[in-house]
Amino acid sequence: MEIFGIPSQALFGQLLIGLINGSFYALLSLGLAVIFGLLNIINFSHGAQYMLGAFVAYLSLNKFGINYWVSLIVTPLLVGATGVLIEKTMLKRLYKLDHLYGLLLTFGLALIIQGVFRNEFGSSGMPYPAPDVFQGVFNLGFMFLPKYRAWVIGVSLVVCLGTWFVIERTKLGAYLRAATENPSLVQAFGINVPRMVTLTYGFGVALAALAGVMAAPIYQVSPMMGADIIIVVFAVVVVGGMGSIMGAILTGFGLGLVEGLTKVFYPEASNTVIFVIMTIVLLLKPAGLFGTQK
Amino acid sequence: MKRNLLSLAVAATCAFAGAAQAQISDGIVKIGVLNDMSGPYADIGGQGSVVAAKMAVEDYIKASKSTLKVEIISADHQNKPDVGSNVARQWFDADKVDMITDVPTSSVGLAIAQIANQWYDVDHVDMIVDVPNSGVALAISQITKDKNKVFVGSGPASSDLTGPKCSPNTVHWTYDTWMLANGTGKAIVKTGGDSWFFLTADYAFGHALERDTEAVVLKNGGKVVGKVRTPFPTQDFSSFLLQAQASKAKIIGLANAGADTTNSIKQAFEFGITKGGQNLAGLLVFLPDVHSLGLDKAQGLLLTETFYWDLNEQTRAWSKRFAAANGGKYPSMDHAGVYSGVLHYLKAVDAGKTDDGTKTVAKMKELPTDDILFGKGSVRADGRKLHPAYLFEVKKPSESKGPYDYYNVRSTIPANEAFRPLAESDCPLVAKK
Repeated sequence: MEIFGIPSQALFGQLLIGLINGSFYALLSLGLAVIFGLLNIINFSHGAQYMLGAFVAYLSLNKFGINYWVSLIVTPLLVGATGVLIEKTMLKRLYKLDHLYGLLLTFGLALIIQGVFRNEFGSSGMPYPAPDVFQGVFNLGFMFLPKYRAWVIGVSLVVCLGTWFVIERTKLGAYLRAATENPSLVQAFGINVPRMVTLTYGFGVALAALAGVMAAPIYQVSPMMGADIIIVVFAVVVVGGMGSIMGAILTGFGLGLVEGLTKVFYPEASNTVIFVIMTIVLLLKPAGLFGTQK
Repeated sequence: MKRNLLSLAVAATCAFAGAAQAQISDGIVKIGVLNDMSGPYADIGGQGSVVAAKMAVEDYIKASKSTLKVEIISADHQNKPDVGSNVARQWFDADKVDMITDVPTSSVGLAIAQIANQWYDVDHVDMIVDVPNSGVALAISQITKDKNKVFVGSGPASSDLTGPKCSPNTVHWTYDTWMLANGTGKAIVKTGGDSWFFLTADYAFGHALERDTEAVVLKNGGKVVGKVRTPFPTQDFSSFLLQAQASKAKIIGLANAGADTTNSIKQAFEFGITKGGQNLAGLLVFLPDVHSLGLDKAQGLLLTETFYWDLNEQTRAWSKRFAAANGGKYPSMDHAGVYSGVLHYLKAVDAGKTDDGTKTVAKMKELPTDDILFGKGSVRADGRKLHPAYLFEVKKPSESKGPYDYYNVRSTIPANEAFRPLAESDCPLVAKK
């Protein structure tokens, strides 16, 4: 059977690949959406923090022999801690100012972090092996699916839905959302709002680092890996609606699929198609697909 | 933006100083290294090219006792037009250049063209070296001609530089797409790899490499079953690799470079493509790429280069010196080409007693080339530098003694066979004769 001149089996393969890329978009845009939704900070250093995640995993493997599984837990904690530090010492001072200041600060940080790593490690990138259990492929009949990529989809789904659940469906999430709407009132109920905000930023950064560790075995661990992907991820967040958690997740996977299909039908346009969609969405629905106009 | 001004003031111990310098514009030969210092090609060219150019100047002055005053400046266009314009503006208020070398990335073409203009006009640069990225290189070549300066391209790949776009002011030094296609393509078709699928970077360089390789494949009795143009740069090649897999081609030709190449090789390994019986042909792979991939993924890859540090006693000695000055990183063939090109340029300036563009390039073509990295060679009428090329095979992890011990020489392609024959050249400079 053929669909638009492409054998349907090949098409399934391409859709699956799109879904895998979509899971990275979803993981990254999730962190951005959490930070923007709850702190109103446009975190431009998200890409650099994703890169940091990959590098921490690489360095801990090569300098200290710490394996992938430990990295998966420890790296987000470490990088998240640097996020806490950044929030405490810098971002905190910007909440009362226009969004633009937060954007400029985090963008500057990203340039510095990437510059330092490039200077130290060069631009070609380093290899990071996938753990032994994930070596090899599943034969799905219509394609070979590398085991590691199957794992990526699984983890991404669990993390994305878990985060959504915590923020939208639990008491902690309710506090968080309330604190964004009216911090002084929430504080009056005896809740330490500044600490909650700090930890939220740390969590968003940890999500980026987690995506970085997940990406290390697939892409080269390179200083510019975050700079390449962050622009696309911002487009995802904008299409989904700034600050909408579910919007970020669904759009992440959805745009991954669209991009995957473009790679089959019109490869030359595959890295612009997301921006074309962004333009159309902004024209028709300026708040994004799942966003609400404030 | 980096602006690396380093003045290699030469101890003027020579009595002939006045006479020799009379014909040199403003008394200084300025060499501009223009390349990607921070992006995907920074390890192939980058700061290493500046190191190589410095070494060339030092070695030349020491060996020839020349009285030339040589200065090297460098710039990073970061593959961004706005940054390029900023560099240009800053140089507007400052310096003078004779020769430009290196330069990667098409999208920056315009910005670089502007820099080059200002280098030549305001900074009085005499020569530009390096310049990886063919799109930019073609633009530079044109400006160099208009300004009557010298462009020695070590980094760019497109064989058009000595073909339809050849210029009396341009020398194309290290390698080109014709040579890569001929070296790797021919060897693979001859050993049974007769059906090809191309993964092609969607810009001037990728197109040229694909075109030249396809011609070689067809000429040697192979066939091309499909191709896909990938946006530059791409991180995830899995979709394209699946298309290549579905094509059942024996060989997947990677007409790309830098991070595109390493990512596609890495992901081909991941998807079990090489285990499934298909083979990859890296049409432009540099030593730093192999270093970054690791031998377990890169082993068995066939590739063509014109320089490798471990060729002989002299290249080993030079490369160790280079690595010491370059943070331990070994030279790519681009770096070696910058060294060799600057050396020959200075020789020609001294011999011709002028830094005039066309006269110097004519002199470069007249004088035979001879240096420790590429051996004896020559520069042809169309601006093509001729030297041997080598078909390398990447070692197995068990064969390698350590970092940078990566290649086995499969065969040496003599200088007269490595590059496009003059008879096939559509360079107007040659056609007129």
